[in-house]
Amino acid sequence: MAGGTVRRRTGSGTQKSQRGSEESPLVRWLLIGIALLFCGVFLLLPLVNVFAQALAKGLPHYWASLVHPDSVAAIRLTLLVAAISVPLNVIFGLAAAWAIAKFDFRGKTLLITLIDLPFSVSPVVAGLVFVILFGMQGYFGEWLMDRDIRIIFAVPGIALATVFITFPFVARELIPIMQAQGSDQEQAALTLGATGWQTFWHVTLPSVKWGLLYGIILCNSRAMGEFGAVSVVSGHITGQTDTMPLRVEKLNNEFQGPAAFAVASLLALLALLTLFLKTYLEWKQHREQAAAQAAVEPDPDPTGHTSP
Amino acid sequence: MAWKKNSPLPGFGLTLGFTLFYLSAIVLIPLGALVLRASSLSWVEFWKLATTDRALAAYRLTFGASLTAAAINAVFGTLLAWVLTRYAFPGRRLLDALVDFPFALPTAVAGLTLADLFVPKGWLGQFLVPLGIKGAFSQLGVVIALTFTGLPFVVRTLQPVLENLEREVEEAAATLGAGRARTLFNVIAPLLLPPVLTGFALAFGRAIGEYGSVVFISGNLPFKTEIAPYLIVMRLDEYDYNGAMTIAVALLAFSFVLLGAINILERWARRFER
Repeated sequence: MAGGTVRRRTGSGTQKSQRGSEESPLVRWLLIGIALLFCGVFLLLPLVNVFAQALAKGLPHYWASLVHPDSVAAIRLTLLVAAISVPLNVIFGLAAAWAIAKFDFRGKTLLITLIDLPFSVSPVVAGLVFVILFGMQGYFGEWLMDRDIRIIFAVPGIALATVFITFPFVARELIPIMQAQGSDQEQAALTLGATGWQTFWHVTLPSVKWGLLYGIILCNSRAMGEFGAVSVVSGHITGQTDTMPLRVEKLNNEFQGPAAFAVASLLALLALLTLFLKTYLEWKQHREQAAAQAAVEPDPDPTGHTSP
Repeated sequence: MAWKKNSPLPGFGLTLGFTLFYLSAIVLIPLGALVLRASSLSWVEFWKLATTDRALAAYRLTFGASLTAAAINAVFGTLLAWVLTRYAFPGRRLLDALVDFPFALPTAVAGLTLADLFVPKGWLGQFLVPLGIKGAFSQLGVVIALTFTGLPFVVRTLQPVLENLEREVEEAAATLGAGRARTLFNVIAPLLLPPVLTGFALAFGRAIGEYGSVVFISGNLPFKTEIAPYLIVMRLDEYDYNGAMTIAVALLAFSFVLLGAINILERWARRFER
């Protein structure tokens, strides 16, 4: 059949349409339509609904719900927990990526698998393990009680559970990037007399900065939004151990819909900001990679086609 | 052979030492404590607690709803990934960014807004409830929440594969006389099957453990709309540590089996790579 080899010009004259290797326009638009409908119902509608319900009783009520002392306390606690867990996981991520990407040692694959482990653990189970360690009937429960140290139903437990849940985010972004970059540049810097720290700060860190930022954003988003793990260890003490997601649940259970949605709208805004920054960073990373490639091998084909 | 190759770079001991210490302190020891504590029960006790009627009903719902949601995601995720990589249409890049929305949105917010959409007075409920479709406080609600939270998995595992697919293969099939449908089924589908299955397994695994989005929409009725993670929380609230632990260990064991399956799938998917 010759149809496959004959190129038919479409109206615009630039797009090639080949019989047999492309769907007909009808099928194409049908598929696009289904995709748009599915995303409209499952993604856009829930998002719009958050803001619509938050503002259902008007702007003054919305504002009053947000500046309610218990909501303010929840916002503060959420920020505090993120401020504890994100830096810890950044330090861990950098250390783990350095050890895994720059050196060859036995057991590396197992180590990478173990780092990803928290992703396959239910948030509820993540909370439960800390109750078993530090709860009243837990391994260290009595010891802690004798010394009047509270971990479960207090801020340390919430921070611990959040660190567990967000554990892999930074490391798993950094490891593949550092692996791809190898260690030639670091070796050059060391040969030229730089110390280990200088090499890390001036050579390694700048070359992974977008990936690191990407990991931080995802880690922060999850840290602020975590519900299940935190719910198990928090104790739900209003004004003290309620994070924003827990505050949302409590308001909802108290039939204060618009107030619950008001707090939820802040978290939805955080999600939108995260998505925006993530897309921006992906674009930026992509562009720098392309620029780096172009610098290494000057394009022999001026038309822009990549050489095979 | 030494366990580590020599390298001129410094800091190996420090970084690996810290990595192992932190990994143990945050992840391995806490998980180990759960398993250790659960292993103090006898097999008979463990089995009895892990398989009460209420727990069995919760597993059935958790697994059934998770499978259904993952299957829905496999179908629509494949369609979405295809549309996003193959077709040009207005709003494509926005749609592409929006696919990650379920990952970015806190699960509590997802549950809250989804439940609100499907209640009788909600934007969707006002049309669906008169038709007998109850999306909130029902088992269907569990499926809806899990479909939402698992949506990005299939799309994101499939997209890079579709982008790297060589169009020449399809063109060759067409040149050799295959119709579009035949090319799709005999040439493209076999290449897409491993990533779709991987995405399916990832969505399934995430759904099994999901808590936040479901508790808002399901109603959490024992034997009817109660999922296994919620039952763990209930047991814990009753200070029934053993009851909570046995269900947790059952879920954990399943997660690890699934993790192994995903690893095998990914190895299978890479079998064509040179």
